[in-house]
Amino acid sequence: MKRLPFSPWHLVLAPLGLLFALPLVWLLVSSVMSNAEINRFPPALIPSGLKLDGYRFVLGNALFPRWFLNSFIVSAVAVTANLVLGSLGGYAFARMRFAGSKVLLGLMLATMVIPFQLTMIPTFLVMKQLGLIDTLGALIIPSLVTPFSVFLFRQFFVSLPRELEEAAWLDGCGRLRILVSVVLPLAKPALSTVAVLTFLSTWNDLTWPLIAINHDTNYTLQLGLTTFQGQHHTQWAAVMAGNVITVLPVLLGFLLAQKAFIRSLASSGLKG
Amino acid sequence: MASVVGTFTVDPRARRAAKRRTRNEGATAWAFVSPSVLIILGLSVVPVLWSLLLSFQSNDLVSPSEWVGLANYKALAADPAFGAAVEHTLIYTALYVPLSVVGGLAIALMLDRRIRFIGLYRTLVFVPFVVSAAAQGVLFSFVLDPEFGAANSLLHKLGLPAQGFFSDPGQALYLLVGISLWSGTGFCVIVYLAGLQGVPAELVEAARIDGAGRIGVLRHVVLPTLAPVTIFLVLFQTIIALQVFDLVFVTTKGGPLGSTTVIVYFIWEKAFKTFTAGYSAAAAYALAVALLVIGLTLQFYRRRAAR
Repeated sequence: MKRLPFSPWHLVLAPLGLLFALPLVWLLVSSVMSNAEINRFPPALIPSGLKLDGYRFVLGNALFPRWFLNSFIVSAVAVTANLVLGSLGGYAFARMRFAGSKVLLGLMLATMVIPFQLTMIPTFLVMKQLGLIDTLGALIIPSLVTPFSVFLFRQFFVSLPRELEEAAWLDGCGRLRILVSVVLPLAKPALSTVAVLTFLSTWNDLTWPLIAINHDTNYTLQLGLTTFQGQHHTQWAAVMAGNVITVLPVLLGFLLAQKAFIRSLASSGLKG
Repeated sequence: MASVVGTFTVDPRARRAAKRRTRNEGATAWAFVSPSVLIILGLSVVPVLWSLLLSFQSNDLVSPSEWVGLANYKALAADPAFGAAVEHTLIYTALYVPLSVVGGLAIALMLDRRIRFIGLYRTLVFVPFVVSAAAQGVLFSFVLDPEFGAANSLLHKLGLPAQGFFSDPGQALYLLVGISLWSGTGFCVIVYLAGLQGVPAELVEAARIDGAGRIGVLRHVVLPTLAPVTIFLVLFQTIIALQVFDLVFVTTKGGPLGSTTVIVYFIWEKAFKTFTAGYSAAAAYALAVALLVIGLTLQFYRRRAAR
């Protein structure tokens, strides 16, 4: 590749990039400070060395590992379920003729405009009736499949040429077999978009866990971090270490699959 | 069976059999969609109607509810706390939406060029978007901590007076706007960058030949092409802003002195703190209707802009 000439735009873009990066850099830096350094006034801006006290406290005494596991379980089940149920539903709406399919699809689409605040109290009451309040089940069930996942798969499947499926269909393959071995291998963009958006929204959610969970052993990371800050607001190094642990999976996922993240989010904007 | 993938030699019997299967696959289709239908409609349509019912009742989430007619809505209209929540939400929205959309456009235009490190710049601008509101709130509670925070430390070094930040009722709401801009502008940038790929190069070229300068090309070619994207972003950001909650909950809990109580915080408080679920449902309905009206209006403009 040809070396690009120096552009004056760097003089604007470098400070701008720094501005966006700075809070996260500060998050990392303060998580390896000692409490003595932080509690000084004015606090140190550059740590004297790498202190892992915060991490030791968070991983030793606190419930962080448990919360991490809870968040992981909820997100993993939600992502898997959205891929399975979303592609099944999306495929039926895209390719199969059945009574009521148009009405049903319209209804599903219409539910996308319902704000969460409108459904949260009744959903809480339903979960209470089912005896699921204060369990991970209450977090998992509402996130098993979203209308967005179904609709995204449907749109993608509609755009695929029918010929490949028809050949398999004439060979006597069932619909499930066609979906799994013909359609889904072609649907990587749709699969990754649904996976990315589902993971982001379940991992980062705070409102619903706040409503549905009571005991600290059942907290997710977001809820745990929030409560932990309230209880240990003088131990900022530990709070920041916990914060790093909360943010890290999303950040790593983003950096490793940046293209998929950006394409997913940009496409949600351009088509949505 | 005589069919081979990729050729047209299909046994007519197989074709007829396949046709018959197409007609009789209603049961399979229902098996495919029923889990989604059950979960999505069950946890949306049913709760929406239930909420409507609740909004006409007095309900504490435990004992049987009592029918009160429009009393909740009347009380809501007269409640100064709800009025204040609406006002705070509108201030937050009126600042966040234009600043994030215009800022996003400006940054996208700067990033839409082939220079070194451009990928890095894009990553840096976008990365705060994936950070959860809870993590943002905890991080900025620390940075803006009046005693131990880096912000006051920096002000001290510059010889400026220390600030109260989240403990100052005159600052808290604006700080929330600032934090949301830090994390939310990147989304607008990404969507605009994708939109800029759709600006036809021939059109830009033609405008240049006709003597249009950079500003002229921007005004007469780029911005009109981006109009549908802009309307989408205004709609999306408005809906997000009117529903702001997580960040408020983590940083200020509506304080100090109620200066950051936004609508959704009000709704949450009424339902799960003071256990007046009927009242909360009425407030949620008021918000939902407002969102719907805004959504339909902007959708209308978007259709028009797309033509």
